[in-house]
Amino acid sequence: MTTETTLFDRLGGPTAINTATELFYRKVLADPLLSPYFDDVDMDHQIAKQAAFLTMALGGPNRYSHRDLRTAHAGLAGLTDTHVDRVISHLAQTLRELGVGETDIAAVGAVAASVRDDVLNR
Amino acid sequence: MLLTFGGRGYELRAGESVLEGLARHGVGLPAACRAGVCHSCLLRAESGDPGEAGRDRLKATLAASGYFLACLARPVTDVTVTTAADVFTPAELLRRERLGADVLAVWLRPRQPVPFRAGQHVTLSRGGGVIRPYSIANRPAEAASAGLELHVRVYPGGAMSSWLAAARPGAGLGVGVPTGECFYLPGDPAAPLLLAGTGTGIAPLAAIARDALAQGHRGPVVVIQGAAEPGRLYRCGQPPGSHARHEGGSAVRWRQCVRSRGEDIADVVTAEYASLAEPAAARAYLCGGAGSVARMRRALFMAGMSLRSIQADEFTPAS
Repeated sequence: MTTETTLFDRLGGPTAINTATELFYRKVLADPLLSPYFDDVDMDHQIAKQAAFLTMALGGPNRYSHRDLRTAHAGLAGLTDTHVDRVISHLAQTLRELGVGETDIAAVGAVAASVRDDVLNR
Repeated sequence: MLLTFGGRGYELRAGESVLEGLARHGVGLPAACRAGVCHSCLLRAESGDPGEAGRDRLKATLAASGYFLACLARPVTDVTVTTAADVFTPAELLRRERLGADVLAVWLRPRQPVPFRAGQHVTLSRGGGVIRPYSIANRPAEAASAGLELHVRVYPGGAMSSWLAAARPGAGLGVGVPTGECFYLPGDPAAPLLLAGTGTGIAPLAAIARDALAQGHRGPVVVIQGAAEPGRLYRCGQPPGSHARHEGGSAVRWRQCVRSRGEDIADVVTAEYASLAEPAAARAYLCGGAGSVARMRRALFMAGMSLRSIQADEFTPAS
């Protein structure tokens, strides 16, 4: 454990995550490359997953496992690095809108990118 | 896991719900939404633990008495279960009235009071194990004098709806425990309210609008009644285009939306949202067919509304 405060705490913890998740999810749904993957998925279920993803990426209490990520994305045909890049870019833009600095955004992007192989099942 | 029901044992597979397991063995329970919303598949455990998932959508008092929802329950021990017949309050049919080509209003008088909030739904039970969920179309104060009002879409051969369409005043039914999260929350009387419903989904919304006004709501209230065709816009609440002004000063604006005329209720509700002076404070109530409710919810979310400000109640036809 480190005593350094995480971006999760500095942003305001679980309450802020709810706001950030909705901003992020809205961007993902508005992206024609990504939205087809979400069309048939229950929004409540999906937004809970997105909140877990954001919590992990921001260094919050992590209940997201690599295996969960693999299972969740295993049935999705045609996912490529481009999709992952777009998701990370929407995440960065979300944080920018919430006033997060570029150094933190880069660190979050690196965490998000660390699960790339799980998402792409390789 | 072994499930005992009606004196017979049924093996449940790992991860299978009670509803799925019984269906696999050829035992059909009443069920509609299969998502823990409608409560048609309520059962009671006499022994054993049906698991937390089957309880967490129930009122604490019901859960504590052993009740659970078969569609969500994944037992963690062997269980012996029975139908939940004892949660139904005996009621009699007071009267009924045709409100439209395929919509019937019925008024029921439960033998004991059945507390509810305007906008909630109940299950109705009649003989033969037929159980169906319906939204309540009036407010508690109205129900106290006129009886509990339900708007029923009549399906030809519908096990409950056709029976209701032919039943005589005095006929006996059971009324389940009212449930659902779609109701007016006091505390922000100036908030704009958007209420959009398709089919008989408009009935609980009209009740919520009246409830809001009765509780002193001052903010703008917009009710949008949707239907597939003009003939399906049944008589419910105020006439279209009317502006009813109430003592508190709030006005209800009622508009209609017909799909066969190319009007999409998701577009209409989003346009209403976008035209509000204070969209950030708005609350939306959506009710009706699952497809239209999902599209309205997504459209409002994409227009900037928080999912937390949207209460949705989806109707699913009985299987």
